[in-house]
Amino acid sequence: MLSKTDRDYGTPARTSATLVTLAIDGREITVPEGTSVMRAAALADTAIPRLCATDALEPFGSCRLCLIEIEGRNGYPASCTTPVEAGMKVRTRSPMLERLRRGVMELYMSDHPADRATCAGNGNCELHAMADAVGVGEVRYGWAGRNHLDAARDTSNPYFAFDPARCIVCSRCVRACEEVQGTFALTIDGRGFDSVVSPSQRQPFLESECVSCGACVQACPTDALIEKSMLERGLPQRSVTTTCGYCGVGCSFKAEVKGDEVVRMLPNRDGMPNHGHSCVKGRFAWGYATHPDRVLTPMVREKITDAWRVVSWDEAIGYAARRLKDIQTRHGNGAIGGITSSRCTNEETYLVQKMVRAAFGNNNVDTCARVCHSPTGYGLKTTLGTSAGTQDFDSVLQADVILVIGCNPTDGHPVFASLMKRRLRQGARLIVADPRAIDLVRTPHIEAAYHLQLLPGTNVALINAFAHVVLSEGLADEDFVRERCEGPAYELWKKFILEERNSPEAAAGATGVPAEKIRAAARLYATGGNAVIYYGLGVTEHSQGSTMVLGMANLAMATGNLGRPGVGVNPLRGQNNVQGSCDMGSFPHELTGYRHISDAALRASFEHEWKVRLDAEPGLRIPNMFDAALDGSFRGIYIQGEDIAQSDPNTHHVVAALSAMECVIVHDIFFNETARYAHVFLPGSSFLEKDGTFTNSERRISRVRKVMPPLAGKADWEVTCELSTAFGYPMHYAHPSEIMDEIARLTPTFAGVNYEKLERLGSVQWPCNDKAPAGTPVMHMGSFVRGKGRFVITEYIPTDERTGPRFPLILTTGRILTQYNVGTQTRRTPNVVWHQEDLLEIHPHDAEQRGVTDGSMVRVSSRIGETAMRAHVTERVPPGVVYTTFHHQSSGINIVTTENSDWATNCPEYKVTAVQVMPAGDAGARRATGQSAAAHPAAGR
Amino acid sequence: MDIHHLVTMANQIADFFCTSNPDRAEAVAATAQHLRSFWDPRMRREIVAHLRDGTDAADLNDVARDAVRLLANDSAAKKAV
Repeated sequence: MLSKTDRDYGTPARTSATLVTLAIDGREITVPEGTSVMRAAALADTAIPRLCATDALEPFGSCRLCLIEIEGRNGYPASCTTPVEAGMKVRTRSPMLERLRRGVMELYMSDHPADRATCAGNGNCELHAMADAVGVGEVRYGWAGRNHLDAARDTSNPYFAFDPARCIVCSRCVRACEEVQGTFALTIDGRGFDSVVSPSQRQPFLESECVSCGACVQACPTDALIEKSMLERGLPQRSVTTTCGYCGVGCSFKAEVKGDEVVRMLPNRDGMPNHGHSCVKGRFAWGYATHPDRVLTPMVREKITDAWRVVSWDEAIGYAARRLKDIQTRHGNGAIGGITSSRCTNEETYLVQKMVRAAFGNNNVDTCARVCHSPTGYGLKTTLGTSAGTQDFDSVLQADVILVIGCNPTDGHPVFASLMKRRLRQGARLIVADPRAIDLVRTPHIEAAYHLQLLPGTNVALINAFAHVVLSEGLADEDFVRERCEGPAYELWKKFILEERNSPEAAAGATGVPAEKIRAAARLYATGGNAVIYYGLGVTEHSQGSTMVLGMANLAMATGNLGRPGVGVNPLRGQNNVQGSCDMGSFPHELTGYRHISDAALRASFEHEWKVRLDAEPGLRIPNMFDAALDGSFRGIYIQGEDIAQSDPNTHHVVAALSAMECVIVHDIFFNETARYAHVFLPGSSFLEKDGTFTNSERRISRVRKVMPPLAGKADWEVTCELSTAFGYPMHYAHPSEIMDEIARLTPTFAGVNYEKLERLGSVQWPCNDKAPAGTPVMHMGSFVRGKGRFVITEYIPTDERTGPRFPLILTTGRILTQYNVGTQTRRTPNVVWHQEDLLEIHPHDAEQRGVTDGSMVRVSSRIGETAMRAHVTERVPPGVVYTTFHHQSSGINIVTTENSDWATNCPEYKVTAVQVMPAGDAGARRATGQSAAAHPAAGR
Repeated sequence: MDIHHLVTMANQIADFFCTSNPDRAEAVAATAQHLRSFWDPRMRREIVAHLRDGTDAADLNDVARDAVRLLANDSAAKKAV
């Protein structure tokens, strides 16, 4: 177990073209200018004792343990804060240095519990390791003096404890909270001997501003801050590097394990997406994987009104295959299909679409990206040539202007948000376009230059107005456009954009954003240096979701903000493998690598590999499947790792469709809402229980490694293979690496991907092939994937969802930091302590008009349905707009959302629903459907 | 399939392509191609059937209606083959 002792060079690396040569203990070393002596020494394999220094944080110089001697200079400077100089001669060892270090160390040890056996982090405790290194065994001062040994522990946080008695006040936790996480929740309160680490204003951690990212625990050199799971389970025995199963950042973790039990998840310092950082979900909220609600036995039933029957795997799979076959016999090939999951691996999603296409003989396969980022696929492919974000995450560190549209990174993508905040603290300017005042608008040491608080549904009017400013004020990068884009399409677009109806003055009416503010923000984007766009579902989940993606690509092309680090157009994907599930051919019109199914030559390559004829016609998308189920032409479905009954809009419609089907197969780790309408339940495996790969928002393919055996006996990919085989199309793979090899054979952008390379490089970003064997961090350098970039005219067309006297408010939905999606996982962890229910944010003006008070129950009704939840009166939302999250089935907000959808992709318009909000009166007795998902099927019969 | 839903979707698609293409014939062709590329055949059959049901699909906008006529020609051509 190396986790906390992975090689640490003491201070961060510096990049400089100027190299400096110095001698350390007589050995010459050459390093970039700006490097600390401590780091230079570490690079020369000379360890200098230290406590407050770590290469994850800027040097601080407080512990006085890393003192050195420099020839020709007086005194004993700290090596962590002393930069190298040419010709410098450094001594790291001398009798005087040893005496000084021992003296310092003795002082530390004199106020630290003496018994090493009580040190829960032993083996990792840097204090004890340094005591050994400097030769301190006994403390001369005794224990009678003042000390902190009786200080009260803070155990308020569900995941970690703070013991001030073990704290050496080195400030690593404080600095980690500031530099790595960017929350500034911790400080050192008091002076001298009274100095103590303090969350917020000497509050318990749980009540402070702490976001429980774990950076402080990671940084702590002693066991003052320690995971409770370490205290409860003891020291881990082995470590497995894997990839987080939550959001699209795809953080790399080291799962530390004792037997088959996870002791803790430590963010991997070598992980490219996260560089050793984490959030409360990935770091701590993994307990769901072994939650008692896990269903570990297959079950079947004839009708959804019947009781479940526990059966063997063979019987369940045979039963499922027979019922699907029977449906096809009676109703034709197109009567069945499948849904892949963005929570499953690339290999698993690939197999599901392969089964649908090769075994079922149709293209009725879709994925949950349908309801989130399908417009990204359409928009970026049309304009730039491929359906993916343009940059790697680290590119943000070279951005000068960051435009955040319709995403809330501090909640949805917290680890990337920390990187973004770091860049903002360094001086990059921020523009936020969002109806809500998300945290990024004003957070410690960061304030958006412009918050464009537009009305939901008016994104396209805003982006067109941005482009109008760029073109009308001569701010376009005409050289870039001339060289990199299609000229005639640009001229047409330019003519359109310059029309008065696209001016900021015209857009002000639709968006509610003052024209001058739009102008100023657009000028900043166009002239502020490297400008980058990050966006989320606040862009895509609209009737004009695809149009908005086109509009953002237009703007980036017009200003030359593509094809180099620091710029680009970047979707932040919601789930861990949304990018991967789309890459893997999960859409009904595309095979892997976003290639249309109608391409005969392409089909032929798959037919050759799969040894079966493929249907050339696109299949049903998820919303179309529901409609087809209700008309009787679609009757059987295999759903892997998705809870469509909770996550898709217009719940009544979804439930009616599921209820109309003859065979619904749910393959999941929990008995979710959808399983209530299932005929076959197949137990799933969590990300800890299987091998495979995930692809994150920056197109980075990372290994998922089995940490524990599948609790139900089979990994999901094995189940799909068995179902396909039982259906009559044999699938046999010995290991997911063989599946990836097949993907690579069939997919040019994955041609160079294999498990051996992933082991060697850690991860790669597609395209990864002969042209880019180590992958592609930044796309479209030199030319676009489609050749010339294509401008597309993006007329603003208001949504059909309108407010009126009956439904005067616009409801928009989103996420909160501590919960994930429909909450299936995070509601089964202590994260509920921060978010026990979904709340409806309502502006004080709207609340007062309705007699709604903070914390009271309200009814939320739309043209589609009604639910109830508690109100939170806040100015975070503007008048006329209400907002809630969708993490709890008890509020079930999708009862009220509509089936309006994006014109191109059918992505639902979750972000705009006209509603009325009124006091609930009877304490919200009529919540949502009135029923909640059974924790276990026994309760769900 | 819910024909009203299909009509709404077809009109949305046509709205996009007729605003993004100055040439009407191109807008019609692009709308038809979008339907071919993204709609399951049963959806296309039903919208074509709607065109032929005697009402002349009055609820479809002009561009959508002409695009669906192109789809009808597709199916006629297929039958002829």
